Amino acid sequence: MSKNLSKEQVEHIAELARIGILDEEKEKFQKDLGAVLDYVDKLEGVDVADVEPTAHITGLENEMREDENGSSHADVKALADMAPETKDGYVKVGKVL
Amino acid sequence: MTISQIHKQLTGKEVSCKEMVRGFLDEIKKKDKDIHAYLEVDEEGAMKQAEEVDAKIEKGEEIAELTGVPIAVKDNILTKGFNCTAGSKILENYKAPYDATCIQKLRGAGAIFMGKTNLDEFAMGSSTENSAFGPTKNPHNEERVPGGSSGGSAAAVGAGMCVAGLGSDTGGSIRQPAAFCGVVGFKPTYGAVSRYGLIAMASSLDQIGPLANSVEDARIIFDAIRGKDGFDATSLDINPKSEARNSKQIQNIKIGIPKEYFGEGIDPEIKKSIEKAIKKYEENGAKIEEISLPHTDYGLAVYYIIMPSEVSANLARYDGIRYGLSKDADNLLDTYIKTRHNGFGAEVRRRIMLGTHTLSSGYYDAYYLKAQKVRTLIKREYEKAFSKIDVIMTPTTPTLPFEFGEKTKDPVSMYLSDIFTVGVNLAGLPAATIPCDWIEKEGKKLPVGLHIIGPQKSDYKVLEVAEMFKN
Repeated sequence: MSKNLSKEQVEHIAELARIGILDEEKEKFQKDLGAVLDYVDKLEGVDVADVEPTAHITGLENEMREDENGSSHADVKALADMAPETKDGYVKVGKVL
Repeated sequence: MTISQIHKQLTGKEVSCKEMVRGFLDEIKKKDKDIHAYLEVDEEGAMKQAEEVDAKIEKGEEIAELTGVPIAVKDNILTKGFNCTAGSKILENYKAPYDATCIQKLRGAGAIFMGKTNLDEFAMGSSTENSAFGPTKNPHNEERVPGGSSGGSAAAVGAGMCVAGLGSDTGGSIRQPAAFCGVVGFKPTYGAVSRYGLIAMASSLDQIGPLANSVEDARIIFDAIRGKDGFDATSLDINPKSEARNSKQIQNIKIGIPKEYFGEGIDPEIKKSIEKAIKKYEENGAKIEEISLPHTDYGLAVYYIIMPSEVSANLARYDGIRYGLSKDADNLLDTYIKTRHNGFGAEVRRRIMLGTHTLSSGYYDAYYLKAQKVRTLIKREYEKAFSKIDVIMTPTTPTLPFEFGEKTKDPVSMYLSDIFTVGVNLAGLPAATIPCDWIEKEGKKLPVGLHIIGPQKSDYKVLEVAEMFKN
């Protein structure tokens, strides 16, 4: 079964992913994504009744540490300084609403 | 040169660290114009570090085995003093604000960081052709790819432009380029090396590991960088002794050969080389047993659902707000869209879109959940195999290094380069590749990699078996 995506689906995915795509790219993405979805279709034949999905591959669970105030490797100012726009040590963001 | 040779020469004062590092810098100057393994070289910093090492030796201080050893670091591992681009325009001017845990450990051991190496953008690719800064060439034939995504580190080691390199392996990104460049590559058990400071691609699969000239060197670096880390809750400790079955002797090793890895799609010359290598183990006393891993065929399909899903989540952070490229727009949504459209290359956008689709409402169960269930079956299948054998041997790659442009038009054909390596990541296993043969093509010899896989936490055992290979 071919899993070809429609042009509208490609546009919808691009919007969800916040990836801008140009009109002339749409057909190529449609074709490439379709080819991969066709390939992964082979999983349809695998019986997974009663099989638990893998959550963590080495089986670690609830890895806790003391909630202590410590230092990270990074200096906070160095991190803040990376933002394209800052004000009073805060990262500045455009209006949301 | 190997790490132990360098250590011996430095401590025996046969050569100064400055002379030795200068020698590697000269090699870089001579060769890297053509090969393009490095995105950034820190000549001044490396010489300064070398001077400090010489001062220590002069004072008669004891130095660690890695002290003064020139290392190349894949450009998705944060290393203070360097940029960290992940091979992407979106991080072109991003300066590492801190050291990754593995870098902090190597720095503590006195290793010298020569520079940062090229990779497919965000480690997505098998040839370095997806790097935003141009591809790396294979040192054994410049018409051919070095493999990827850690192609820069593999080429730097293969061309003698460093002693060892660090890479990351999500579906084969250490082992496939190591095989293509004729060097040793090691992907540890998932979590054995902290991922703190590694730019995330697919978090349930990513693992840092060494590329080196010898198995011994790979082990020395792995020893230095491994261990549980409070900054990575998925990290764990590997006991160097308890996991090995106490069998330093090859006569006690049982090797499983999965028939699924020797069928359709493999280059017959590679098949012959690998069979020859396995025969050598047998002649030296190892026991060989044919096994079956029937879900092998599904591994790549599982990988191409889980990996893009995790990619789409991990790369959501590149929004033009906190760091990296930022494109001005009238509103916040357009800032995101413009930044990400300009900053990400075609393959990265393809994988983000794929993952967004497979995680989206109405598709999650059919794709992501199903893939995680088949992943459980793959993991079980390996566990069953390892109840009877010590290690599994397969080819690392189905083909020899391919030519530039050969696979870029058809993503699925590129993805097939990883067909022998992804299973290991899905099951969290340790695996090494060692150069076991050379095949002549167009008058130039190209390397073949032998892939050695062990159960989870058997890292030292895998390295031990790799070290037993005698050509």
